[in-house]
Formats: sequence, structure tokens, C-alpha cells
Amino acid sequence: MIRYVTRRLLWIIPVLFAVSVITFLLMHAVPGGPWAREKQLPDAVEARLNAQYGLDQPLYEQYARWAVAFATGDLGPSYRYQDRTVNDIVADGFWTTVQLGIMAFALSVIVGIPLGILAALGHNRWPDYLTTSVSILGIATPSFILAIMLIVVFSVQLGWFPTGGWKGPEYWVLPTIALAGFPIAVIARYTRASMLEVTRKDYIRTAHSKGVRNQSVVSRHMIRNALIPVVTILGPTLAFLVTGSFIIERVFNIPGMGQFYLNAIATRDYSLLMAMTMLYAFAVAFLNVVVDVLYAYIDPRIRYS
Amino acid sequence: MATVTRPLPGQVVREHRSAGLWGDAWGRLRKNRLAVLGLIMVIILLFLGIFGPFLAPWPYAYQDLKAVVAGGSGPLPPGTPGHPLGTDQLGRDLLSRLLDGARISVSVALVVQLVILLIGVPIGALAGWFSGRLDNLLMRFTDIIYAFPDLLFIIILSVVFRETAFGRAYDGLLMIFVAIGLTSWVTVSRLVRGQLLSLKETEFVEAARAIGVQDRKIITKHLLPNGVGPIIVAVTLGIPGAILAEATLSYIGIGVQPPRASWGSLINDGYKYIRSEPHLVLFPAIAIAAALASFTFLGDGLRDALDPKLKGKQ
Repeated sequence: MIRYVTRRLLWIIPVLFAVSVITFLLMHAVPGGPWAREKQLPDAVEARLNAQYGLDQPLYEQYARWAVAFATGDLGPSYRYQDRTVNDIVADGFWTTVQLGIMAFALSVIVGIPLGILAALGHNRWPDYLTTSVSILGIATPSFILAIMLIVVFSVQLGWFPTGGWKGPEYWVLPTIALAGFPIAVIARYTRASMLEVTRKDYIRTAHSKGVRNQSVVSRHMIRNALIPVVTILGPTLAFLVTGSFIIERVFNIPGMGQFYLNAIATRDYSLLMAMTMLYAFAVAFLNVVVDVLYAYIDPRIRYS
Repeated sequence: MATVTRPLPGQVVREHRSAGLWGDAWGRLRKNRLAVLGLIMVIILLFLGIFGPFLAPWPYAYQDLKAVVAGGSGPLPPGTPGHPLGTDQLGRDLLSRLLDGARISVSVALVVQLVILLIGVPIGALAGWFSGRLDNLLMRFTDIIYAFPDLLFIIILSVVFRETAFGRAYDGLLMIFVAIGLTSWVTVSRLVRGQLLSLKETEFVEAARAIGVQDRKIITKHLLPNGVGPIIVAVTLGIPGAILAEATLSYIGIGVQPPRASWGSLINDGYKYIRSEPHLVLFPAIAIAAALASFTFLGDGLRDALDPKLKGKQ
């Protein structure tokens, strides 16, 4: 078990290495640099800035310096926000993004799984149709469209919630719903399918025939077994939340990490862009490991190998 | 002595014949109402994507400035004579732009899947056929691609090549096709590999080997027909993802370059007028939702039809 987890965690390192090399090369392939302003800087100034930030050195040397600093936790100076380090900027946005992600994740699990269970228990009756409609809507509506619709209805028309920002609980409601819409649909669909599959199993028939009350068959046999495969889609769900939050932050003008990402690309803020990409890649890779381990933990039939 | 049973006079003999893999699948698909709905919507979408721009009342970039000035210089509402769905603030006909957007979405849907197949199938097939070290190497490679936050990769790629000839080709769409394709082939290649690995071990393939069937024939007669179903399903279910990625990119202003507009950029443009002219956002939003739903329904139906055992599973 420990060996398996260690190996999976160590595998993240080469993945991050590959991601960093690809991003680094792509980034430096972009024409223009961090000093491009509306007013052209004098060549001498630009050369001095380049020397100061080490941008005059060969690419592999720049990469090596970046990698060494990154390994020690130093993300470097920001090129655009010159009075701040990348560590400060990331630290500012990071918790906002994490908070949004956790809330959306909780909401999608809390709503999605019961919806799926209800649909399966009321198979081909109204709970099933309700769940199916909700999941069709959720899957067919991109998060940014859902976000816009929520803003139009609940902020502009009804005035219940603010249209954007991140200053208190009332600001959290709409972004969380907008981000959770798609995962709710996916989780509900998957739970429903998994429950229906379990209903046909022999051990359910056995439980019924030996006279176990219907309620405990459902709660002790069906739901517990049906939820095992559902854990597998939590991985893709978390990955979706990580990158999805980036669009939602933009629509709702939330000061999370995603906000800085596009700016970092646009202004060629190399160090900030690298830091953001690495953080996203790490989050996706790490959450995948967590879900795999969780899956093996829940279902003893699965061996770590 | 052989007895021959023959039908009694007046008895109807009904031959039960299997219609074959595809015939059976079609039979099952036809019974699935959502799948049929999806198929019809997909056909309509394909039709609009191919012929829509010819049916459009105006060229997508034409600015009907006279009508805008006459209407008090702002977006024209739906139902204006000559502009059934209204116009944007520059007097460009929304219906015509939506139809051009249909063409963009259809081409994203098809070309991206083509790119995915071109990359994913050979890599998966190589890994599955020559298992061992090559397999290991290729699968580790897919791990890396899989961990890459794909939307971010597409954005970086688009920005990098935005000003180059490649980035401008076909109004920036070529770039989008390649970028989305490059990030999404992993699923297909893993699928092909898994299919090959398990099919190689099946009894009928072993039997074919035992009686001396050539490798080439085993691949074309046994492996392909048995493995192609899940790939068709994966490709169909991959289409909504590609359409969504394109719409999202255009929405944040990367992607299709103006004056062309995809459904995503129409929403972005229309958002400024959401209070007074919500139709500018509403119609493209409906178009995107319909496109996503249609391919999802069809893909789900195909999955159930091609492999009844897997019904309801992913």
C-alpha cells in the first residue's frame, strides 16, 4: 500500500518536469516579451532589464535556474507586478480558487449522488424523469452559459445576489452553483446507472429473499455497492473543477488564480505563467492519485499494483 | 433415411436471422427515443453546418448600418424586417452569424475527432499490438498528456501561434482544431490499446491463429470489427467536449478571429447588451446546448446499442 502510493506520488515528478519543459518552450516561442509596453522602452533599458532578470542567457540556462528555484519553493519575481513576487500573487489567489473548488465539489456530491439514487429507486417514474432532465440540462449547458443565466435571473432580474466579486458568503452562491452544474449532472447520471446495475445482482435478490427489509437492502446493500464505481468519476470531476474554476472566475470577476492566468499569458509574465501552470498540473496529477488510492481503499477487490 | 420436415400447407415459416452486428445495433438504436432524437438533431446540425451559409439571408460580416441607424443605433430586436433574429450593435444579422457558427461547430466536431483518430489510433494500436517496453513507454507518455491541464495548454498554444500564418489559417480555426486534438487523443489511444490487448487473448482470435490465419486477416476480420464499436462511441461522445472547448475559448476571446464569430464569441459579444437585448446571448446559448445534447444523446444510444452488456456504464 505505502509502496504503491509512494510510487504513484513519485511519478508526479516526471509529469511535472515534462509539463514545465513544454510550457517553458512554448512560452518563450511566443513573440514579444515581458517588457513590451504601449511605449517602446529604449533598447538600453530593455537590455539592462533582460540582464537583471537573466533573460539574456541561453534558454536551457534560464530553465535550469527556474527549475532549481522552483524546487526550493521560490517562484521568482513577477515581471509585470514588479513590486511583488510570484509567491505573493499565487498565495493571494490560491485560497480563493481552492475555496470555490471545494464548495462546488461538495455541492455536486451532495446534490448529484442523492439525485442518482432517487432516480434509480423511482426507475421510470417521475424521480427518474426529473433526474434525467436535470442531467441533460447540466451536460448540455457549458458552465459559462450557466453562469450568465444565473447572473441574469438572480442578480439582474431578482437582485438577490451580486453579479460578481468575492467579498462574502452572498458572493459565493452563484459561482458555486455555476461551477457545480456540470459535475452534478455527471455524478447523478453515473450514480443512477450504477444503482440500476446493482439492483440486478444476485446478492440483492438473496437479501430480499431472506427477508431483509427493503429499506435496509437499499441502504446497506445497494447504495454501498453502487457508490464504489462512482468514486472513479470523482477524479475527472476534480480535474474539471480545477480548470473550470478558471472560466467561472472570469465570468464572476473573482480574484482567484484563474484571473491572473490570462493576464500572465497576455503580458508574457513568464514566471507567473510557469507557476500557475505547474500548480494546475500538480493539482490535476495529485487529485488523480488521491482518487485511485481512495478507490482501492473502498473496494478491497482492487489490488495495488 | 432422412426425414424432411416441410411446412404444412398454410403454415408460415418465419426465419429468425440475425441482422449482423450493425443491423442488430441499428435495431436497438431505433428503439431508443433519446438516441433517435439525438440522431435527428445531429443530422439537422450537419445540414446547417454544410448548407447554412448558403441559406443565410446575409453574409455573416455584412453590417446593415441603415437599419441600425433607423432603429435608433443599437442591436435590433428579433422580428425586425429582414432580420428574423435581430442584429448585433453593428447591424450584423444574428441568424446569418448563427448559421456560420453552425459551420464552425460542425467543422470543430468533425476535424478535431479526425485529428484525435489520426494520433490516438496508431499510438494505441502500437502499444497494444507490441506489448512490452514500447507499450510501457507510450502509456507513460499518455500519462503526461493526461495530467496536462488541457484548457490551459490550448490557451497557451493559441496565444503562441496567434500572430503566425498557422494561427491565422482559416480564421484561427486550424489552430483550434490542432490544439484541442492534441490534448484529447489520449482517451482514444488508451481505448484502442485496451481493446487490442483483450481481443488478442480471446478464444476466437486464438482459434484463428491456430488454423493458420494470417496476421493481416486476423486484424481486418477479427480485431477491427470487434474493436471499432467502442471507438465509434468514444468519438461521438468526444464531440461535445470539442464543441464545448471551442465555445469556451471563443467566449474568453481566444479562438476564432473576428469578424468571424462562433457561438461562443457571439455570447461574449452579446453579454454587453444582456439587459436590453438578451436574445443576443439566448440564441447562441440555445444553439450550443442543442449541439452538445444531440451528440451526447446519440453517443449514449450508440454505446447501449453497440454493446448491450455495457448499458448505462461509461
